[in-house]
Amino acid sequence: MDWQNATITHIETLSPRVKSFFFRLPEPMSFRPGQHVLIRLTAPDGYRAQRSYSITSAPGPGKAEELELAIERFDDGEVSPFMHDAAEIDDEIEIGGPIGGHFIWSPDDPGPVLFIGGGSGVAPFMSMLRQRASIGSRAPVTLVFSARTREELLFFDELSKLAGAGDGFSLTVTLTREAGAHSFRAGRIDAAFIGGVVAAMKMPLRHVLICGSDPFVETATEGAIASGIDPALIKTERYGS
Amino acid sequence: MVTRGFVGRPGNSDQSTRLPPGQHVVTDFPILSAAPTPRISAEDWTFTLKVGPRPVAKWNWAEFNALPQTKMTRDIHCVTTWSKLNTFWEGVLIDDILAAANLEAPTAYTLAHSYGGYSTNLPVADLLVGKAMVATRYAGQPLAAEHGGPARLLVPHLYFWKSAKWVNALQFTERDELGFWELRGYHHYGDPWREQRYTND
Repeated sequence: MDWQNATITHIETLSPRVKSFFFRLPEPMSFRPGQHVLIRLTAPDGYRAQRSYSITSAPGPGKAEELELAIERFDDGEVSPFMHDAAEIDDEIEIGGPIGGHFIWSPDDPGPVLFIGGGSGVAPFMSMLRQRASIGSRAPVTLVFSARTREELLFFDELSKLAGAGDGFSLTVTLTREAGAHSFRAGRIDAAFIGGVVAAMKMPLRHVLICGSDPFVETATEGAIASGIDPALIKTERYGS
Repeated sequence: MVTRGFVGRPGNSDQSTRLPPGQHVVTDFPILSAAPTPRISAEDWTFTLKVGPRPVAKWNWAEFNALPQTKMTRDIHCVTTWSKLNTFWEGVLIDDILAAANLEAPTAYTLAHSYGGYSTNLPVADLLVGKAMVATRYAGQPLAAEHGGPARLLVPHLYFWKSAKWVNALQFTERDELGFWELRGYHHYGDPWREQRYTND
């Protein structure tokens, strides 16, 4: 593993539980959308804690000199509470990677592609969608984004703008813990919902990527299969593990 | 590099001799997998022993469960840094599988194969003399599908991705051929005590 000391340049609160951290990399990095990096913290006594985070920024053009990571705070974690409560601008943080060669999608793939993201599981899709927009790809992509509440719809303004460009990207939102006071669908992802989304897409689907917590991925994957999607098309990535 | 303001987690020093470097203890059992959970019923499950491309023995669920059963309580260590202590498994030792097939390990390397196309590479030396089993029960219960049921490999002294879920074959290979995650950036051997997480660690 290649490690480097990256510097925090900017911190942005995305929701009550998620902050984006922007890092300047002394060694610019080549990566593919969907890959992750490791954050490694070291205590004065040598004790170390390390966790991996999907990259939310787009990779290029060229090597990336800056990375954005959207980090959800897990109260019983070691790395995310430190990042949320103690890390500051200008701090140096050790970053390793990139890693992961499985849960990736690049916009040179023609699609159609279905992304299903739960909460901070939208992170790898942001990298994919930002790269897709930056190179002017028209690959058909639909993102189903499930969050508990409106305020947990990370990157919603940016996603809405991307979906308004008319270039083949569309966004469908569902909120699981907030009914009524918004214009979104309310309720969990199920087979009927995914079936309806897929029916509106071009066929045949080439890839289905599902990212979120363990239970989210389990539910969404079961729903996708029950809606008739070939399990062989599905790739999954689980958070908090 | 010491991280400014990071003091570590209180209490971790108690476990310093028991935990490999960079690991932390969890009490739940996280799930990691790259694709949908294969749903294989015990009636449809089979396990095949292969030498190169050639199948040399095959068991169905009933036949496999008639092989000698072994219990194993071990700590397990996931490459994503969680460890779970004192996990209790039951299944069939690789030694007993080879004995039932009347086979002595013909090469020094293996690939374990799974339903869903996943594979992982393991030296024979890491599978024998009671080090590894094909586990069919966890914590006294049949192994759940999301944890690899009906049966998974259990090689607890290596990072847990080596303990392939939904295992259906063990293949002896002439060379150390890389498996699914090993081709995707993970270490070819995966010793937690030497922190062999990624390709060049």
